[in-house]
Amino acid sequence: MTNITRRASLAIGAAMLALPMLGGAALAQDEPLKVGFVNVGPKDDNGWTYGHWVGAEALKEHFGDQVEITFVESVAEGPDAERVLRELAQQGHDVIFATSFGFGDYVIKVAPEFPDVVFEHATGYQRAENVGTYNARFHEGRAVMGTLAGHLTETNTIGYIGSFPIPEVVMGINAFTLAAQEVNPEVKVNVVWLSSWHDPAKEADAARALIDQGADIIAQHTDGPAALQVAEERGIVGGFGQGADMSAFAPNAHLSAIIDIWGPHYISVIEDVMAGTWEADDEWPGIADGAVVIGDYNEKIPEDVVADAERVKQGIVDGTIHPFTGPIVDNTGTERVPEGETIDDAGLWAMDWYVQGVQG
Amino acid sequence: MSADILIAIVITLIGASTPILLAALGELVVEKSGVLNLGVEGMMLIGAVTAFAITYNTGNPWLGIFCAALASTAASMLFAFLTLSLSANQVATGLALTIFGTGFSSLFGQAYTGRPIEIFRSVFPPELVSHPLLRLVFGHSPLVYFSLFMVFAVWWFLRRSRAGLILRAVGENDLSAHSIGYSVIGVRYAAVAFGGAMAGIAGSCFPLLLTPQWAERLTAGRGWIALALVVFAAWRPFRLLAGAYLFGLVMTLELYAKASGGAAAILPSEFWAALPYLATILVLVLISLRRSGYSAAPACLGKPFLPTN
Repeated sequence: MTNITRRASLAIGAAMLALPMLGGAALAQDEPLKVGFVNVGPKDDNGWTYGHWVGAEALKEHFGDQVEITFVESVAEGPDAERVLRELAQQGHDVIFATSFGFGDYVIKVAPEFPDVVFEHATGYQRAENVGTYNARFHEGRAVMGTLAGHLTETNTIGYIGSFPIPEVVMGINAFTLAAQEVNPEVKVNVVWLSSWHDPAKEADAARALIDQGADIIAQHTDGPAALQVAEERGIVGGFGQGADMSAFAPNAHLSAIIDIWGPHYISVIEDVMAGTWEADDEWPGIADGAVVIGDYNEKIPEDVVADAERVKQGIVDGTIHPFTGPIVDNTGTERVPEGETIDDAGLWAMDWYVQGVQG
Repeated sequence: MSADILIAIVITLIGASTPILLAALGELVVEKSGVLNLGVEGMMLIGAVTAFAITYNTGNPWLGIFCAALASTAASMLFAFLTLSLSANQVATGLALTIFGTGFSSLFGQAYTGRPIEIFRSVFPPELVSHPLLRLVFGHSPLVYFSLFMVFAVWWFLRRSRAGLILRAVGENDLSAHSIGYSVIGVRYAAVAFGGAMAGIAGSCFPLLLTPQWAERLTAGRGWIALALVVFAAWRPFRLLAGAYLFGLVMTLELYAKASGGAAAILPSEFWAALPYLATILVLVLISLRRSGYSAAPACLGKPFLPTN
């Protein structure tokens, strides 16, 4: 697997142009399917981009020489993304995965120029003839983490570090809060927005600010373990791994983790493309499909709390629990979901309000 | 807002400001000698990854800091050779140094992701940091005391020492300094080396003081803030200290206001998010009101020294 930075991608692009001349007819027989990944962070972020790297590895494992993978790291969510996407398409990539929300507009802009290339945009909402979207129901995992948090908090104050207030993150905060309140109605969730996916020093300072003001559990929706390390240092109840198991960074504070498993989706997309049956649709698998996995529970968590978290997880898997079941009241006091009803997927994607108890 | 929270805010803001202050102090001396090194961010990253690697392998943060300073000095010498000996364009070479440092640190750091280290705590006995007020004085990492000492040291060097006078002369009028027998290139090499060492120590603050891990681009643009701060402070060490802490204050206040869950946020969170920018505008206005602000830049800043012309 090639692993390159976006600067190096220029040089490699030039080299790739020269390759077919060397390969000649022998290659034409069974040319590998070229798959590109455009990522917002570095592969070594210990979190989000790392999860996609593992997914790409699974692809390699499954298809062997049938696929050739290019993994471009640290592409800013701005005009540069457009350049990288176009470059990959021009280099003859057959499938391009753009793995961050902010790439959406650029995928939609570049895709019509390359009708033969399949684009897949993670956590996005805009589709086109050759642009599909995919995501995982992380909010299901958040509900399980929220259940743990509601049981374990002693100060009833939970800190939540967010990146950007996009629906993906907002629905995570709400699912977490609702689940925590289900077992502990006193819970308040204080949200700090960072306007960044990857700024470890700021994540750590945000955790300090939350803990200094009474939070004894920290949840985060940024891509690294910085907040967990502060939780460990300060000796509070704990926090959660985001995207991957982060217990190495905080053996005592790491309560559990939401682990992203992208491999199965990537394999099914490539299988569809190879079979010619790929369609531009929206895939949104969750815990039941194995796309969202709940990590190991910390040994210090009492058995009955683990059992309750497992109850919520099992309920989500078999459909008896929906993380957004009414009555749901927002933080201005307005009822958003009446008793007994749930929010459908379209409603989740339009979520721009907080449930009661969220302060941010 | 209770006194404990106020003290907590001050402790956090000092931590957040320290790497910026250290890097900016180094760059201040570099610029005073007439050289503009835009490679601060890259040198900080080299320092950060070196400090992490050495501390991880030896368990000795002092050695980590020392090696971080050495590694970044080595990188700065590359810049010095290109710009001073070969008279390459300083802006382009500095940017190249940042790109190099970013790439080098990611490559070198790959082996170190996913591994935690111990934070470099206060070295004072625990009894001294038991009370919040005492913590305010004794509770910091040695890096913090070092940065404060260096503010004074740089001020003394530039304003009170003969060597500092020569360095300023080189930065203000290189040809005159050359004509009375000072080695312009030699002085600038020394200044760039100092800037490199300080950027390396600044970088070491990230894994040792702020977030004890290695992740790519760990400094997240702080080197650029340090560069801006030098201009902001009109090339004066104590104003630099004030600027770095002011910047740390607005950054930290924003986080604490949001984290209070509305209790301390009398103003909407959008205001807190805008505060760093408002503060910048305010300070720029205040600086431009002072007449001396105009000519604060060293006269030879960024110009290559070519004595034959």
